[in-house]
Amino acid sequence: MGTELLGIAITSIFIENILLAFFLGMCTFLACSKRIETAMGLGVAVIFVLALTTPANWLIHEFLLKKGALVWISDSYAELDLSFLNLITFIAVIAAQIQLLEMILDKFFRALYAALGVFLPLITVNCAILGCSLFMVERQYNFVESIVYGFGSGVGWALAIIALASIRQKIRYSHVPDGLKGLGITFITTGLMAIGFMGFAGINL
Amino acid sequence: MALLKSLPKPLADPLVENNPITIQVLGICSALAVTVQLKQAVVMSCAVIFVIIGSNFILSLLRKGLPTRIRIIVEMCVIASLVILVDQVLRAYFFELSKQLSVFVGLIITNCIVLGRAEAFALSNSPGASILDGLGNGLGYSLVLCIVAVIREIFGSGTIWGYPLVIKMGEWMGLSKSLYEYGYENMGLMVLPPGAFIIIGLYIWAVNSIRGRQGE
Repeated sequence: MGTELLGIAITSIFIENILLAFFLGMCTFLACSKRIETAMGLGVAVIFVLALTTPANWLIHEFLLKKGALVWISDSYAELDLSFLNLITFIAVIAAQIQLLEMILDKFFRALYAALGVFLPLITVNCAILGCSLFMVERQYNFVESIVYGFGSGVGWALAIIALASIRQKIRYSHVPDGLKGLGITFITTGLMAIGFMGFAGINL
Repeated sequence: MALLKSLPKPLADPLVENNPITIQVLGICSALAVTVQLKQAVVMSCAVIFVIIGSNFILSLLRKGLPTRIRIIVEMCVIASLVILVDQVLRAYFFELSKQLSVFVGLIITNCIVLGRAEAFALSNSPGASILDGLGNGLGYSLVLCIVAVIREIFGSGTIWGYPLVIKMGEWMGLSKSLYEYGYENMGLMVLPPGAFIIIGLYIWAVNSIRGRQGE
């Protein structure tokens, strides 16, 4: 059990990094990776949100939407399959949870709120968050696995954005061909980083 | 270029000049993930075009009665419903393809192009213009998607739309053996994620150089 969970964590952080292997959360990744401080703030926010929303969506999928999930209300629902509502429910849960998180942080953790504040609403439309929930359903994780998976993916995403932000800060002082400046070179750097991360692919846990 | 100029502005602008992917940097996630094969890219493009046009049209109709405070959630609901529609149709009629596209159809919901166009255009323009704008942005997205997919499929798997191009090439050149036996090899990097990043980086470079624009 323990090694299995460790396996999921390592896989989601390094081998199947949600950003570098599945391209999720690219928009925010490219837009907010100009400075390390911003990247850090965003990274922490993503870890936080992913670790919360993935298990929450697991519960909803398992007890409300899955085929036969409503048996706990009445046996006549055994054939009911609401999983086509997955998408709209997940996105609503994510939006609501982020709103809630924002209010709680605002009330009890002012320092953290001040640091994350701007990024939290932005995360609602980050595909990494919705993507994780969808992958979690597709791979049929159980509850504990979904927590580990959500957390691991968040860490992987944060790692990638912080690494890219530090590289971009250095690139500012390098000579880059005119047309390639900005977005172009960022893509190529990300590509090289993805090659680097592929080096982990042989690891089998 | 002359043809481009003859088109109405909301339709022509997003194709090259203000392309959602290469210039505005929106909707990149799916653009990279579904471009291993041309077929997937085309299906994905159709799905996105449908969703953008639909959401632009519906939200443009709603724009007068929509309170600003709840607009985001309304937008999300409209988009999510359209995406569910697409997802169910794909599952019913193209099951194999929908398996290959896996979660990326669902991720159209969080594709920033759709929400971005709704916010930036549909909420302040008439339904007709919004449809055109949606079509233009959808096509601009599809253009980049298809170019990247063509490059990745030809070099990565030696096929195009499943057609074994490299093997046929040998036949056309009148060779007795296939090109693979002469030592031609598919480029493994193209199929893998890093290939997609690098191709799109180079594509942006090419577009910027041709148009004489400088990156930021």
